[in-house]
Amino acid sequence: MLSIKNLHVTINDKPILKGLTLDINPGEVHAIMGPNGAGKSTLSHVLSGKPGYTVTEGSVTYDGKDLLEMDPEVRAREGVFLAFQYPVEIPGVSNIYLLKAALNAMRKHKGLPEVDAMDFLTIVKSKVKLLQMDEKFLYRAVNEGFSGGEKKRNEILQAAVLEPKLCILDETDSGLDIDALRIVSDGVNSLRAAERSFLMITHYQRLLDYIKPDVVHVLADGKIVKSGGPELALELEEKGYSWLEGQAA
Amino acid sequence: MIAAEQSAYSYLSAYQDLAPSLPGVDQPWLQQLRAEGLAAFAERGFPNIREEEWRYTNLSALNKTVFAPVAEQGIDAAWLQSYRLEDAYSVVLVNGRYVAGLSALSGLNDGVSVRSLAEVLAQNPAALAGKLGQAVASSEHNLVAFNTAWFADGVVIEVAAKQQLDKPLQILHVVTEANALVVSRNLFLVNDQAEAEIIETYVGSADSYFTVSVNECLLGRNAGLTFYKAQLEAAKAQHFGGTYVKQAPDSRFAHHNFALGSLLARSDIHSDLDKASACTLNGLFVASGRQHLDNHTRINHLQPYAISREFYKGVLDKKARGVFQGRVVVAEGAQHTDSEMNNRNLLLSADAEVDTKPQLEIYNDDVKCSHGVTVGQLEEKSVFYLQSRGVDAETARNILTFAFANEMADKVENAELKGLLLQELLARFPAMNL
Repeated sequence: MLSIKNLHVTINDKPILKGLTLDINPGEVHAIMGPNGAGKSTLSHVLSGKPGYTVTEGSVTYDGKDLLEMDPEVRAREGVFLAFQYPVEIPGVSNIYLLKAALNAMRKHKGLPEVDAMDFLTIVKSKVKLLQMDEKFLYRAVNEGFSGGEKKRNEILQAAVLEPKLCILDETDSGLDIDALRIVSDGVNSLRAAERSFLMITHYQRLLDYIKPDVVHVLADGKIVKSGGPELALELEEKGYSWLEGQAA
Repeated sequence: MIAAEQSAYSYLSAYQDLAPSLPGVDQPWLQQLRAEGLAAFAERGFPNIREEEWRYTNLSALNKTVFAPVAEQGIDAAWLQSYRLEDAYSVVLVNGRYVAGLSALSGLNDGVSVRSLAEVLAQNPAALAGKLGQAVASSEHNLVAFNTAWFADGVVIEVAAKQQLDKPLQILHVVTEANALVVSRNLFLVNDQAEAEIIETYVGSADSYFTVSVNECLLGRNAGLTFYKAQLEAAKAQHFGGTYVKQAPDSRFAHHNFALGSLLARSDIHSDLDKASACTLNGLFVASGRQHLDNHTRINHLQPYAISREFYKGVLDKKARGVFQGRVVVAEGAQHTDSEMNNRNLLLSADAEVDTKPQLEIYNDDVKCSHGVTVGQLEEKSVFYLQSRGVDAETARNILTFAFANEMADKVENAELKGLLLQELLARFPAMNL
């Protein structure tokens, strides 16, 4: 469903990704680990279409289409969801408004009518429960004044409502205490489905105790330097990244 | 300046015919006030940009048309109804004249009187002596002077001591005729421990006209007045609306100013604060095209322990221009003054402009005063966040702009009025889809 081939990306002419290749099949959970500065967040930004990045070489094919040709909102409507490392606060826009605007944008893209108001509320409330959030959150401004854990939970809530095909989790575990991590992970696990793939970007192995990946990749200096099963994460936990970084060169 | 002189001359010659018909001709105190206003206008005409308080707002367009008072005309009832709040008393001024037949005051509680200014001046003028002209003088500037000389009607609202309006009172200022000169003077007497909520709504079914409205509010001890202004004038209208307040000790005044309509508009909101009184001034101006919206506020802390809070937001698109002048004066004897002022502006186009000028004049040491001003654009990271959720960039910008403006509408506690304001705001951001 996602095929990244020899991806080279620069920011202000500075190379960040230097030939990254990665294939994700439907239903698979892939984890990308790596040291700071390896290009992990750049990968998530490029996939979601954030401005400011230049692709100098390579390709990204999503569901048989050229992902890089799509505007960010089209990628979202096609089912690509990015859970932000640093979710943005939007004063004056309530969570429920954003959820509805987003859901209707997806439905319109698929040629479906706008969601019925009652149905929408039922869906959203069930997801709120799933993430053990207070319904009051729905009526608060998006992420405004939320704690770190609340913001991350809110990202997963959006994913739960929008039901993406590819869910990119960018450092979703950073800044979470163990309870919040458990809730967020339960939320993510409940979203796992045969047709839904996950790309988890994380610095720590801890997240993978809760969300079991099918494949673990190590990203160092802009490339995947090693891939393996879940046991690779444990090895990384033990040895750190330095033994692999040499292999990037 | 030839145009200005010709323009002033036209008004002055027309005034000769108008004067005998104005209310209160037999009242020496009122004739004195009118004479002062007329003399000031005869000397300098309308305010011009050489005056410090008018340096950002050029009224020279006023000199291109001679606006003239018009008689009451037929009115589109359905159109008027669309602005009328249901759960409120209402007074309708058509082209500046109080129209009892369109007003809705039945059930008004005891202790509250709502009357036409012309009627009070005809029947009981002594009731207004010493009150009219107390909160503002012709020396303020020449639109107040003009208003004082020219006003033919308006509304007088009095809430007796310890009484309160049991529902909000809406004043609908309606203009139906092109090139109309609409001058009204309104007096709000909220006596000791009394409470009232007033909602002024300015609308026009004609395209181009000139509103010159002056409100004077006298608040008694521990009285409370909440005042909303919804300036929704027609697209080519010129609007001046001043609200001048005198607050007795322990009184509370809150003003919410929504400036959305007209081509050129200036609002003055001024309050004099006595001991331990509180004043809140909130405002939102949203301008596009070639609109020019000027908001001029002044808070005079005259005595100790008074609190003032001011928060204005501006949204300027296309070639629009906004002005915020916020002046806070803390007198020598006003110890323990607590004052905050904030003005935040959003510029949506490279050609839009805002002039913001907070002014603090503090004449004693024992005060807590702060002010902050920002002028900025929409944050790209917020636009991207919404895009990443499937919202297109243009809609994302509309949502964020609306959200910025909506913070002020959210402060409106009256749900019906909030609905009306949201409807007006949404009409200005059509890509929004709530």
